[in-house]
Amino acid sequence: MALDGPKTSGFTAVGTTPNRPDGLDKVTGRAKFGADAQAPGMLHAAIVRSPHAHARIVSIDTSKAEALKGVKTVVTRADFTTGLKGENWNILENVMAGDTALYDGHAVAAVAAISPLIARDAIKLVEVEYQVLPHVTNVDAAMAQDAPIIREGAANKSVPAGLHPNVVRYHESGHGDVDKGFAAADLVIEDHFTTEATHQGYIEPHACLAQLGGDGKGELWCCTQGHWNVQKICAALVGIETSQLRVTASEIGGGFGGKTVVFIEPVALALSRKANRPVKLVMNRSEVFRASGPTSSTSMDVKIGMKNDGTITAASGTFRLQGGAFPGAPMEFTAMCAFAPYALENVRQVGYDVMTNRPKQAAYRAPGSPMAAFAVESVIDELCKELGLDPIQTRLKNASHEGTKASFGPKFDKIGLVETLEAAKAHPHFTAPLGENQGRGVSCGFWFNHSGETSVTLALSEDGSAQIVVGTPDIGGSRASMALMAAEELGIPYENIRCTIADTASLGYNEVSHGSRVTYASGLATIAAARDAVKRLCGRAAAKWGIDEEAVVWEDGCAKPSGPNAGDFDPLPLAEITRTMGATGGPINGHFEATPEGAGVSFATHIVDAEVDPETGKTSIVRYTVVQDAGKAIHPAYVEGQFQGGAAQGIGWALNEEYIYGEDGRLQNDLFLDYRIPVASDLPMIDTVIVEVPNPGHPYGVRGVGETSICPPLAAIANAVSAAAGVRLHDLPMSPPRIRAALDAQKDG
Amino acid sequence: MDYHIATSFDDAIAVASKAQGITRFLAGGTDVLVQLRADIVTPDTLIDIKHIEGVKDISRESDGSWRIGIAVAGAEMTEHAALMADWPGVVEAMDLVGSTQVQGRATLTGNLCNGSPAADSVPAMVAAAMSATVAGPNGTRQVAVKDIPTGPGRSSLAKGELITALHIPARGTSSGDAYLRFIPRTEMDIAVVGCAVNLTLDGDTITSARVVLGAVAPTILLVQEAANAIIGTSLDEAALTALATAASAACNPINDKRGTIEFRTHVAGVLAKRSAKIAYERALANTGNSA
Amino acid sequence: MSNIHVTTTVNGDEVEFLCDPRETLLDALRDKLNLTGAKEGCGTGDCGACSVTMDGRLVCSCLVLGAEAEGKQIGTVEGIADGETLHPLQQKFIEYAALQCGICTPGILVATKALLEKNPDPTETEVRYWLAGNLCRCTGYDKIIRAVMDTAADLRRAS
Repeated sequence: MALDGPKTSGFTAVGTTPNRPDGLDKVTGRAKFGADAQAPGMLHAAIVRSPHAHARIVSIDTSKAEALKGVKTVVTRADFTTGLKGENWNILENVMAGDTALYDGHAVAAVAAISPLIARDAIKLVEVEYQVLPHVTNVDAAMAQDAPIIREGAANKSVPAGLHPNVVRYHESGHGDVDKGFAAADLVIEDHFTTEATHQGYIEPHACLAQLGGDGKGELWCCTQGHWNVQKICAALVGIETSQLRVTASEIGGGFGGKTVVFIEPVALALSRKANRPVKLVMNRSEVFRASGPTSSTSMDVKIGMKNDGTITAASGTFRLQGGAFPGAPMEFTAMCAFAPYALENVRQVGYDVMTNRPKQAAYRAPGSPMAAFAVESVIDELCKELGLDPIQTRLKNASHEGTKASFGPKFDKIGLVETLEAAKAHPHFTAPLGENQGRGVSCGFWFNHSGETSVTLALSEDGSAQIVVGTPDIGGSRASMALMAAEELGIPYENIRCTIADTASLGYNEVSHGSRVTYASGLATIAAARDAVKRLCGRAAAKWGIDEEAVVWEDGCAKPSGPNAGDFDPLPLAEITRTMGATGGPINGHFEATPEGAGVSFATHIVDAEVDPETGKTSIVRYTVVQDAGKAIHPAYVEGQFQGGAAQGIGWALNEEYIYGEDGRLQNDLFLDYRIPVASDLPMIDTVIVEVPNPGHPYGVRGVGETSICPPLAAIANAVSAAAGVRLHDLPMSPPRIRAALDAQKDG
Repeated sequence: MDYHIATSFDDAIAVASKAQGITRFLAGGTDVLVQLRADIVTPDTLIDIKHIEGVKDISRESDGSWRIGIAVAGAEMTEHAALMADWPGVVEAMDLVGSTQVQGRATLTGNLCNGSPAADSVPAMVAAAMSATVAGPNGTRQVAVKDIPTGPGRSSLAKGELITALHIPARGTSSGDAYLRFIPRTEMDIAVVGCAVNLTLDGDTITSARVVLGAVAPTILLVQEAANAIIGTSLDEAALTALATAASAACNPINDKRGTIEFRTHVAGVLAKRSAKIAYERALANTGNSA
Repeated sequence: MSNIHVTTTVNGDEVEFLCDPRETLLDALRDKLNLTGAKEGCGTGDCGACSVTMDGRLVCSCLVLGAEAEGKQIGTVEGIADGETLHPLQQKFIEYAALQCGICTPGILVATKALLEKNPDPTETEVRYWLAGNLCRCTGYDKIIRAVMDTAADLRRAS
């Protein structure tokens, strides 16, 4: 879509905060989530999972399970397609183990029975003989020369010679001469940081209902962030044509990146085909933690040089990420995001993707970026402390802006980092007095934002109302945002528009709801589809008036004659045109099918006050402010919600959330009891400031907002905790035992 | 799994005595159902004891002591103003178990019989010198709460035996109790360390004290050395320091997903001091008027 | 293994179901009575998505056996609205954007309704601790707490 620069004023619908269309269903319990579907004759499934971190599967005996009354079928890897290559092979291997169980919780067989209880009883009767192999779960240990090999030959050509076979991809980027830059610095600080794996922690476990017949036609209902992706992968894994599988996305009970891939859907389809019955498969919480994608854990080294006036002379970082038993840890994002907020002459970043005996990592809100910010912004904080510099002023001095050559290569277009820093500096929070044992931290954060393949159809009804059909599952209120943008274009009330998430048979391809792309890309597509419909509406008016189509403009929900014809005819409202559309040329729809280019990048600055109890090492977050560039907030309340949600998840990551593995390589904390996400009493109110620096790549200037909000918190909290405790914390989570140990070490040292 | 609703304690004892395999009693169910769901323990016989007469009652006996029915939920204790006034440490300790929802079901007896060394209410019960009436095929006996847990998940109750009531001694004047635990979040965690203190004053001098630690050993610890550190003092700084040292010295913890040996040992001392201060303030304020 | 016949009252309606002794009240509500408003987020009483009231007391239905519902009064999210009229909490949750994905919303509404019936004038801290057993991963709780506090204020003014 050609853009003459984004619309920045005169909005009537956009920027208001109407009720969401799914609100009523969600407050009354009517909304249908993944596990809420049923089908006649439905069976219930359960999955047999490896209790070992790494083991050869010697044999699987399913006879006792099959003999249990009520059991209808059992599947193993033999019931899936063979000969897959590349990522499809990786996904199948993760969905159902081949000859080796690669992590604690890896699926090895599945059962379908007439009730969930019978299915659960049956999986205990499946006898699997394992030959236990040496395992490794730590990223640094997995890179060491003596580390057990997860899988030979998994590395691609990017990996330099001489590295352990567990290192499967390598990234290097940057510009300038970092050695020269460090030499020019008045102070250089280099430090080592680690972060533990965290889980997206959505409250809704993965769930699906599958039907696959002997005719190769299938129906699948599931909670997913992207059902076209599910369609494509599942069809490949069970060996049917993509178009023969219709996938419907349920309401989704949280995803945060973790529902962009498949875990159980192909298993349910395989069971259904074998049993010739619909099959429902729902993970329990333990399975979610053990076998769906957490994020990577990291080991990082960051070095930054600074002049006495705060100018950064050079920066370099090495980022090692483990992504579980498969390639794919987002180390290139970690590396590329690390120094993006700063205009640097000399910068170099290196990334390693490392395999371990852990579940295959999945995206988690700005995958890879929060860890980078933790390391980089901690070092900047130390530099500011050592040199007696103001943390915001120093960041402003080095901030990336329009025209800066980004640390990851391209030149930035119009961006809003400086504006977020200025807003943070002006916020009363930044200068508020601190109490005893309290410290304040600030941090910036960056995320690319994504666009992706997008299809939208907008259809007008005879009565002048409109329906928008989009293909991006609504994970944050996007149906309301789409309707607001369509209302803006069409000039009809928000309430007269219904936005629906189509199934895969009802619309063209749509990429997953990820990368903060939905309000940007489906939004752009909705606007384009509305403009397409408006063009047709104007055409009908032109025909009626007997003037050129180009001489008709669309204003305030009406076709109006313009130019030499201005005022010659009464404005023709939308409903007047649609009322007779059947007789004037047929239905009026608008379409958009393309991959928009121009998802504007996004920056944020967070301020946080933490209080540390020096006796117990316990941290309380006492005040939190999020400042982020939204480009243009379509529904400001939902933008605030994204800011607050990202901050809350960051607080959990920084303080208490972590995957804890035992010596045996098994996950120790596979329940919400010990995987400690923030509860209501852990958090303060979270203040928000929406900065709007329009994205030139969107008709209203929208930038994605969902992910950037989790980038600064880890570092901002680390900086606040370090200030409060008087000791620098280098490892996440900053759990009370870690803080106590750091205080003791400082005393002893 | 057989589900049996007991109509009386005798009925419950009879069923439990005859039952084969694993037997569990169901009061609040907040541990039994979790273990069932997670396939940790699937009882062969589950005996629901909530329908027995009197099990939901909280009553003050003529001597000022309290009788707590075995199916009384935590929320019902918190809502009982007179019990709360007498034994705030016991009530608050129970109130720390789980969420509001769990409080609607979970019981003191269940928290005790689950046998976790990290159970919040147990240190407070032991500090309060509580006892239990235990009934079984061979009759009824009184047992100190302290003697019921024998190790993680284990108790001194014999087959067919169950607790039929819990008893808290009379509060008495110039005495007070308190319980504090350490958890990484503000709610919803299992205690990393717990400490209960119950003490009595003469004027401002401590004449008797019980200091109990949780989650720092295979069972909860009644630490006489810690009590000795504050008996005869007015809880001055020196006494508090000695208390913390004695509490930390008594610890025999493990490293696990919830905490380290060093952390638990250190924090036990911190919590002992903080709990003692609260119990001391409560004892000073307890002039006997509340009874 | 024989099933147990249970007669109970859900949202004012007397209902019957058969359940295995191992099945929970949550299983019974969802699978036998087709009331899928209560959600299973954990099955261990840690997330609160399955919150219901039993004889007026807030509980996790995943920690109650179906058999225990015999003769009880059960209240679920489906019973909060009065016909077409939403409860003020429901209205306020929509207006305040106090839900994003909505999976925790049924449990939080049941829990907060129970809170306001017990304590019509809670402090922010009281609301936060009351809801500590209701996990929300989307909102950071901010807008939920505001919605509850404001509903409470409205209800106090109206009474």
